[in-house]
Amino acid sequence: MNSWLVLRRERPEISLRINLRAVLLLLLLSVSTVVLLILTTSLGEVVLPLGEVWRALVGQDAGPNTLIVYTLRLPRALIAMLVGWALAMAGTILQGLTRNPLAAPDVIGINAGASLAAVTLIVLNSSVPVTYVPLAAFGGAFAAAALSYALSWKGHSSGARLVIVGIGIAAIAQGLVTLVLTSSQIIQVSKAMTWMAGSVYGRSWEHFWPLLAWLCVLLPVALVLSRDLDTLHLGDAIASGLGTRVERQRALLLLVTVGLAAIAVATAGPVAFVGLMAPHIGRRLVGARHGVLLPVSALLGGLIMLLADLVGRLLFAPIEVPCGVITAMIGAPFLLYLLYRSRGV
Amino acid sequence: MTHTLHTEDLKLAYERAVVIDGLSLRIPAGEITVLIGPNGCGKSTLLRAMARLMKPQSGAVYLDGQAITQLPTKEVAKRLGVLPQGPIAPEGLTVRDLAIQGRYPHQRWLQQWSEEDQRLVEQALAVTGMQPFADRPLETLSGGQRQKAWIAMALAQNTPLLLLDEPTTYLDLAHQIEVLDLLSDLNRVQQRTIVMVLHDLNQACRYAHYLVAMHAGRIVAAGAPEDVMTEEIVQQVFGIACRIVSDPVTGTPLCVPFSRRAVTARS
Repeated sequence: MNSWLVLRRERPEISLRINLRAVLLLLLLSVSTVVLLILTTSLGEVVLPLGEVWRALVGQDAGPNTLIVYTLRLPRALIAMLVGWALAMAGTILQGLTRNPLAAPDVIGINAGASLAAVTLIVLNSSVPVTYVPLAAFGGAFAAAALSYALSWKGHSSGARLVIVGIGIAAIAQGLVTLVLTSSQIIQVSKAMTWMAGSVYGRSWEHFWPLLAWLCVLLPVALVLSRDLDTLHLGDAIASGLGTRVERQRALLLLVTVGLAAIAVATAGPVAFVGLMAPHIGRRLVGARHGVLLPVSALLGGLIMLLADLVGRLLFAPIEVPCGVITAMIGAPFLLYLLYRSRGV
Repeated sequence: MTHTLHTEDLKLAYERAVVIDGLSLRIPAGEITVLIGPNGCGKSTLLRAMARLMKPQSGAVYLDGQAITQLPTKEVAKRLGVLPQGPIAPEGLTVRDLAIQGRYPHQRWLQQWSEEDQRLVEQALAVTGMQPFADRPLETLSGGQRQKAWIAMALAQNTPLLLLDEPTTYLDLAHQIEVLDLLSDLNRVQQRTIVMVLHDLNQACRYAHYLVAMHAGRIVAAGAPEDVMTEEIVQQVFGIACRIVSDPVTGTPLCVPFSRRAVTARS
């Protein structure tokens, strides 16, 4: 049973209906995130007691612990968290817009487009510095999404058409990725494959800041647009009837989604299934209103990424399993479960 | 203030297939208007255009004398509510959350739950009898309850004009009558103008003040059910022979169609 806190003020005129359960859940998820962040910086090949972690963080340690905590583990953990946030929000928005519970950023060709651009760059031109790979991935993601949107335009846009065209674009891009891979040197192929698995291995502060900057813009915009996402989720006709400017708001929301997914892929490669799982779990916990669903799924996505990366690091240490492999191992059965459950509908 | 809705010389088309050409219709304020006609006659298309869900190729729909496509869509949504045919709710959405969506045109980001919002949502749930199910997700309800949940959303929107496309489809007879009685009450008690598409001619005659019979994109007859529902017009609109008798319950026209079998039996 939900209980609600009603907040009303005269000047400035504010009236809000706050789901106390959602507030409690957000608190719980935030605390879990912080705990997991701390654990991630302490666990690994070298296990550091929490006291040591603290001393390294506040700069009272001049030894190797600073390197481990501050240079290696902390930025990596923060990046995993933010990538999880971005993927989860992108998935939530896309599932709402397309009214398709199986939609995820991969579906409208974002991941495949990013992969094609990044892999082409890695494989064909080994003299290009690795710092250009994220840029290529970002461009590829946007290009694929724009192509999906343009080809599905038929006087007006439609969520269902976008999904179908997107699947087509993704298939073509995947095919081209395979073509590029089979026609190149094995060393570069293995480099490309590592990128395609999706990993936050070796990411550091210089990857963290641009990611954070993007999210600082996109997350608030997504929250502001959440009311339109609620009406669009009821279908185009209902949304128009309620006074939503359907085409404009949908285009804006798609732009936010593509931005979120593209920055995530550019940073960590195409990490699979986070954008699918987080919104589903979130909807189970707080329902379908996006004002609370978006932050809840974001935090869930962050937790999934942090856990996946931690497990990937510890499982076969010192050999690392990319977190994208771990999320795929949880995500694939999850998808099967969703398909199984939706079978009767 | 009474609100008016009328169309002038409306031309509606899907891509190149023209459905309606040169249609003018004035919806009587404060009354129930029912559109009837065979499948594909353009009645749903006309309703969609009147709800600005479809842009006319030429001509216009006028809300309070202003072209509806020229008005800000949110302004329109404060005066005119629409319930399309067979809407599908997303998974996990509760009845109350759906009803709250009806308040969207009246809300802003920081003004999402005024006292009026709360009052109108609870009233909409009460009037439709959905209060006991308010916290249930729509997918767990029967077809009739789901339809009433959507009507609750349209009621919470609190518009003087309400447009509904076949609000009784997929419902059993008891639920059909319940929904139509509910709409009739809204019209009588709250003076709301209601426009709806119905398939059942006898229900249309019972509930309509103003009956509009359409065929092939044109209005064949419009007026009081007694004037519109004649044997000639039914023949013209639906292409079937029938006898019009008086509804033993309400006294409104009751259409009893001939069928090949009945005709053979008589002759």
